[in-house]
Amino acid sequence: MATQRIVIDPLTRIEGHLRMEMEAENGAIADAWCEVTQFRGIEIIVKDRDPRDVWAFAQRICGVCTAVHAVASILAVENALDYQPPVQAQLIRDLVLGTQIVQDHVIHFYHLQALDWVNIPSAAQGDPDAAVTFANGIGSTWTGNSMGRMAEVKATLTGVLASGQLSIFTNGYWDHPDYRLPAAANLMAVAHYLDALEFQRSMIRVATVFGGKNPHPNFLVGGMACSINLDNESTINQVTLNQIEGWLNDTVTFVESCYLPDVLAIMGAYKDWFDIGAAPPNFLAVGMAGATYGGDPNAARVLPPLSPIKPGLLLDGDLATVVPFDPSKIQEYVSSAWYTYDEGNATGLHPDQGETNPDYTGPELPWTWVADSDKYTWSKAPRYDGKVVQVGPVARVLMAYAQGHPRTKALVDSSLSTLGITLAQLNSTAGRIVARAIEAVTVSEMMLDIVFARFVGNIKTGNVTVFNPANWEPATWPGTAQGYSFAEVARGNLSHWCTIENQKISRYQCVVPTTWLAGGRDPQGQPGSYEYSLANSGTHPLLLPDQPLEPLRTIHSFDPCMSCAVHVLDPDGAELHQVTVP
Amino acid sequence: MTSLDAPTWQEGTLGRNLERAGVSRRDFLGFCTRMASIFAAGSPVIGMAAAAPGTAPTATEIASRLGAITKPNVVWLQLQECTGCLESTLRSGGTTIEDIILNLLSVNYVELLMAPSGAAANAALAQTNSEPHLLVVNGSVPLGANGAYTVIGGKSAKQVLEESAANATSILAVGACAVWGSVQASRPNPTGAVGVEAVITDKPVLNVAGCPPIGDVITAAITYLLTFGESPDVDDQGRPLFAYGERIHDACPRRAHYDAGEFVRSFDDAGARDGWCLYEVGCKGPDTFSPCPTIQWNLGTSFPIGSGHPCIGCTENDFFDRFTPFYQVLPDVNVPGIGVESTANDVGGFLLGATAVGVAVHATATAGSRYVRRRGLRDEDPLPAFGDPEKVWLPMPSLRSPETAQPAPPDEPATENTDDGPVSGSEEA
Repeated sequence: MATQRIVIDPLTRIEGHLRMEMEAENGAIADAWCEVTQFRGIEIIVKDRDPRDVWAFAQRICGVCTAVHAVASILAVENALDYQPPVQAQLIRDLVLGTQIVQDHVIHFYHLQALDWVNIPSAAQGDPDAAVTFANGIGSTWTGNSMGRMAEVKATLTGVLASGQLSIFTNGYWDHPDYRLPAAANLMAVAHYLDALEFQRSMIRVATVFGGKNPHPNFLVGGMACSINLDNESTINQVTLNQIEGWLNDTVTFVESCYLPDVLAIMGAYKDWFDIGAAPPNFLAVGMAGATYGGDPNAARVLPPLSPIKPGLLLDGDLATVVPFDPSKIQEYVSSAWYTYDEGNATGLHPDQGETNPDYTGPELPWTWVADSDKYTWSKAPRYDGKVVQVGPVARVLMAYAQGHPRTKALVDSSLSTLGITLAQLNSTAGRIVARAIEAVTVSEMMLDIVFARFVGNIKTGNVTVFNPANWEPATWPGTAQGYSFAEVARGNLSHWCTIENQKISRYQCVVPTTWLAGGRDPQGQPGSYEYSLANSGTHPLLLPDQPLEPLRTIHSFDPCMSCAVHVLDPDGAELHQVTVP
Repeated sequence: MTSLDAPTWQEGTLGRNLERAGVSRRDFLGFCTRMASIFAAGSPVIGMAAAAPGTAPTATEIASRLGAITKPNVVWLQLQECTGCLESTLRSGGTTIEDIILNLLSVNYVELLMAPSGAAANAALAQTNSEPHLLVVNGSVPLGANGAYTVIGGKSAKQVLEESAANATSILAVGACAVWGSVQASRPNPTGAVGVEAVITDKPVLNVAGCPPIGDVITAAITYLLTFGESPDVDDQGRPLFAYGERIHDACPRRAHYDAGEFVRSFDDAGARDGWCLYEVGCKGPDTFSPCPTIQWNLGTSFPIGSGHPCIGCTENDFFDRFTPFYQVLPDVNVPGIGVESTANDVGGFLLGATAVGVAVHATATAGSRYVRRRGLRDEDPLPAFGDPEKVWLPMPSLRSPETAQPAPPDEPATENTDDGPVSGSEEA
């Protein structure tokens, strides 16, 4: 019954750099430490910059979550300056944000998560006919489900494997006994892996039309820069409207005919994973995917187009009672992170009062084991009213379900029925994957049916204004202004907080989904959601320490985004403590 | 998979390709012997399967391994960065990511997409590092805190980069972070971030600039190496001329409006709705070398100016400091040689000033540098040489005289083979 120490570093198929250290006994995980191993300090860098420029800096926090930090930044600055963007610009931002969320979810499932469940050498053994039959059997009506396509993919895979040069499949855990899908299902999944690459390349062009490029499309404080003129060839016109409508239709088609059926079928084959990997049963969401708010969400007079539900929390496993959301109850702790607080490491600070004094106290590089000391990560540990809360797709889907959002309720009920699980089991490794696919459907449909329809309808009535020049010039700004924003982005709840003094940024801070989830222990010893999901039950499987497939499944189910995770700035704009470079 | 038709390699293995290009087995073995002597001289050979700890592989072993290679092996590092460059690669339409990972290359290490994690991933990295390989780098190297600002596999980004560069035959710094540090290297650069060239000083680095670069440009930089077997010609910042040889301003579809003095004065004004020039709202196109207007983004859909937003100059070094505030007219921002204090009026008249800035900057950026490689030594040109027998390159150029460059009949036996070992892995298959 010896305890074995296991390190996963790098933890791949995520954004950024993450290290997990674990102790295992008898094939199960006994303890876990989540170690975020990158720090960039972008909030320091935006200090003293023009607030109208900051979206471009903030956007570079993450290229996977591209656009979302730009939108959150612009909303925070507009909130500070009491600057109202035109409704058409808001709808354009919703389209770009919604497109990003769906693209992100699709990439996550097929390209970051799937190889935990889908076996490549087995896929190469799959019979193309059987793969098509399997696809039809799970209700996948995707146009790529043809014999010819499956045979082509099989040939490609066979060629790669036969060459002995396995490229990205090199050293995969292909002999692990817990790969369960039949060969035909694996082959179908790999075909859809490739189809999804093509899909995301095409549909992301919604962002390109409005923002000029992707990743990192352009935005504008006060509106958008992409003027609408139906009678000009260089602007948003009938040609681009047709393109966008086509791509939005393609998006609905892919998520409904390919993504959701695949998720339900594959996770259905791993049904016990709805009982593995639960995180603390507290959920925070200010709305559905794509919800955005400048300032306090509770003060908004209208709900965002992509989110016809209210902000709230579900606490202590009660999935029916929506508790009102109070932004002042957010606190961040540094007891396990390489930072110090002036008033001591046991203190929790609201984002408005936050401090960032980096103080690396870990071992000399290269590392062998980091978790022996109290501090082991670059991620702070956010808590809501002292509780560890989950953000992200599962929180949003449960929140929409609790508030009776009809489409969410229908999709959830039918998925639960197909899988034979309960609502509470969505709080699990497999459940997080299912929740992500469900909200990909709802956000895709709302982009097309609500946001785009409203956008075109407004154009029909002559509303083509995308920029409000009223507060553009710094001379119109108050001497000091504070603002913040909340957005429900792919991985969960995001907020940006800014202070503007003398026309420059004097304080900037982001509280990011992955910080909520990947942070370490707080002063009360409560582990963060990643750690809890692996270690709390004492039964999370880890069969083969040299092939840690099971913990990868669980950590991947959160869709980690580490570049986003580490970003906070002292409200006084204090510089980072200088670290001596020998 | 149509781009499979592109000429990437013509024979099954490297050994066969070299034969086809007139490199005899003897010469090939000679090359391997020299490599073996290099290894024996002390260069660490990590993870070389045939080598026992502390010993170097023999020429035969190297020949056998190299001869079996059919695709260039690739290490694709992500250091201190945001993954935007790989996301951009996922969006490449000409040569797709599917082509890259399945057909053209064997990308044995790329954290975003690779199957294994942890020890198994590190083993794939060490094995590939131990052999000649193509190295693609995204991200900067933070030198602060003894490297603790970015740790991968327990090692600092600097150590990871140095280990992968040691046996790399070509190094591509892809994206602004890898080229010069980008956003995290901007004032006050709290983590001490630098680009690849600040760390790897003994090999040429091809700088694929942009935040991120256009996906098609990233893949083209790679396929250029595969197709022609040598680095593309570069400008004085190491950027390939096929993508960065011309200013955005020179190819801008809105250029006629600039020449006609038709400017957007405020976003969404009448000029904006007529697609006029964005110079007055801060466009950096006149000082930015990039193919955005020609190649365009995301399957040729648009580019920043095409969507009404001024160019922010993301293919230029230090653009977050030099080109900000982004919405200031170009002569007011800190362009080297012009300076913040020099306004259009100082140069004498608005239009004249603008043109002068553009010309001056262009001259600065390219004077005396066109088709001149900075540290580009032909001796250090890349190994991959598939597809074009006229441009096959070997690390020892003296091996290839004009006579031996003639294609040899495939069945002609190698002369005076000094070793019985096969040089072509396909013969064993």
